[in-house]
Amino acid sequence: MHIPDGYLGPTTCGIFYVAMLPLWVTAAKIVKKTLRAKQVPMLAIGAAFSFVIMMFNVPIPGGTTGHAVGGALVGILLGPWAGCIAITVALVVQALLFGDGGITAIGANCFNMAFVLPFAGYYIYKAISYNASIDAKRRVIAAGIAGYLALNLAAGLTGFEFGIQPFLHKTASGQALYCPYGLNVALPAMLGEHLLVFGWVEAIVTALVIKYLQKQSPEFLEEGRKN
Amino acid sequence: MKTITKLWIGIVVLIILSPLGLILPEQFKARSAWGEWGTEEMQKLVGYIPRGLEKLSSIWNAPIPDYAFKGWEEKRLLHLSFAYIVSALVGIGIITFIMIGIGKLLAKKGD
Repeated sequence: MHIPDGYLGPTTCGIFYVAMLPLWVTAAKIVKKTLRAKQVPMLAIGAAFSFVIMMFNVPIPGGTTGHAVGGALVGILLGPWAGCIAITVALVVQALLFGDGGITAIGANCFNMAFVLPFAGYYIYKAISYNASIDAKRRVIAAGIAGYLALNLAAGLTGFEFGIQPFLHKTASGQALYCPYGLNVALPAMLGEHLLVFGWVEAIVTALVIKYLQKQSPEFLEEGRKN
Repeated sequence: MKTITKLWIGIVVLIILSPLGLILPEQFKARSAWGEWGTEEMQKLVGYIPRGLEKLSSIWNAPIPDYAFKGWEEKRLLHLSFAYIVSALVGIGIITFIMIGIGKLLAKKGD
């Protein structure tokens, strides 16, 4: 889901940088109000987890690869705004140090994976686990569904960004300047592989960690916890 | 043991296991992720390299491209797995450093 340099035209790249700027500022403001010094290690673990889980490329035999992002989980555990900051840092390090995701596409990649993903994950989890006790099975199921739906939402959005490029930028002879595949190809490709495979990986990762925390450290699942 | 320590141990285990993300796609003959092809692959896929893509694709020279050391492209999976683990360590080291910096900047002191 990491859009490389050259796949999005300058307009799309610019729009998403402009869209992310106020979101990053808001995230910093909101986190500043609520973050306690004790929670900082958890913030670092969230970013580290998202980074390393993205290295686990899952193959579709004979086809493409993809991976979980852990974005829904990070959103659920840190809250969506802190999650946005954590995943942004992971994505920026991936782009600058490892060339995973383009530097011109950092805005778009952050919008998809550091904004839409943790926010969708957080709110879907909240809605389904509403009023459930900390040790309820419903929380594990809610986490799985949140991971699955949120990753697919982000993947669909990525497919959309790829797919509009041939409409936006073409040479006089009709050759694409950036991503050559239109919506009719990009959208089903991105959505299909995530609906079939990678979404389930995100669902399992999200659900398993929530289940583990229920047993080991239920305090992390409490809303507005004090530690 | 404190939960935070356990979670860090979990991260270390994931770092050690990370080469699976390299070995499994190789075993199952899976190609690049959709939309993350290099220019050569693009030439094969659509018969040409979009001009803007060609220009922009080399705009940034990452120091550890694709989690592998430069010049190690032809090395065997064992070497690449080693580079993958080192990449994970370096990446997580830097991310932790940045996050603690951001955390210090934003967190309320005292409690």
